[in-house]
Amino acid sequence: MVSVQSDPQREELLVPSSVKIVVAGGFGVGKTTLVGTVSEITPLRTEELLTEAGTEIDDLAGVEGKNTTTVALDFGRITINPEVVLYLFGTPGQDRFWFMWDELSYGAIGAVVLVDTRRLDGGFGAIDFFERRGIPFVVAVNCFEGSYSYTADEVRHALDVSENVPLVLCDARDRESCKAVLARVIEHAMSKLDHAVA
Amino acid sequence: MSSRSSDWWYDEAAGPMVRPYALVSGRTRPTWGRLNLATQVRSIRTSTETASLSVEHLEIIRLCRKPLSVAEVAAYLHAPLVVAKVLLSDLIQRGDVITSDPSRMATAPDMNLLQKVLDGVRAI
Repeated sequence: MVSVQSDPQREELLVPSSVKIVVAGGFGVGKTTLVGTVSEITPLRTEELLTEAGTEIDDLAGVEGKNTTTVALDFGRITINPEVVLYLFGTPGQDRFWFMWDELSYGAIGAVVLVDTRRLDGGFGAIDFFERRGIPFVVAVNCFEGSYSYTADEVRHALDVSENVPLVLCDARDRESCKAVLARVIEHAMSKLDHAVA
Repeated sequence: MSSRSSDWWYDEAAGPMVRPYALVSGRTRPTWGRLNLATQVRSIRTSTETASLSVEHLEIIRLCRKPLSVAEVAAYLHAPLVVAKVLLSDLIQRGDVITSDPSRMATAPDMNLLQKVLDGVRAI
């Protein structure tokens, strides 16, 4: 049954590689909208029960009601080819879930920090996180209808991000716009890699 | 049949009728430690004996007929990530589920892979 030439069993059992892009930003800025706009599946939600205070204790019987909090993560998927799948993970909005970001950004290509000009401060934490860890990121300004009345330079200045960080304007509801944001993240990661090699 | 019995244990209004950690016998750490959210898992076609497996294990084997990420498995199971990781690590150790090479996740993607992803994103 097994053919040496085509080796169908091996093909059958191919496990693709996965890559990630993290989508960060403040609460209500449009992260899940952006993920849903480009994802091939309706964004999925998974939950992590937080028991960080008690990780040394393996048996949670009896304490689970007291010490656990739930963090929801929304994510989408883009199948690049049979061998590579790209996942887009939206970060939990609340700052107290920072530690989740380490797993989220582990091995990630890079990140999008989505900001809203009405509430720029929602992006500070994320920018700081990715800067400190040297994770390539772009700032994407989600242009809600009528909200954008600043130039890219003004936003860059207000956020205090360096010239090396790409800043793009986008509409999280528009597929081409979101594709351009993701492409910018990947290009930025490639240019950083190029510099690191050179 | 397995999906039916798993539905029975999940009540939309009340949430899971079994505490999540009861599914994994109170274990909070996967025995196989290299599962990230995006790690791809896939069940092999011929399962070994299944008598000792739980309904959730069998559900994972069914879900992973096509490659999925750990996060997708958790989402489809309606289980917290850590629970999915524990169950998956059981199956990986038994040889029922295989995973993508973890060393490839550990390092940042290389230029060749980035170019493929860039082309892929532009093509969607």
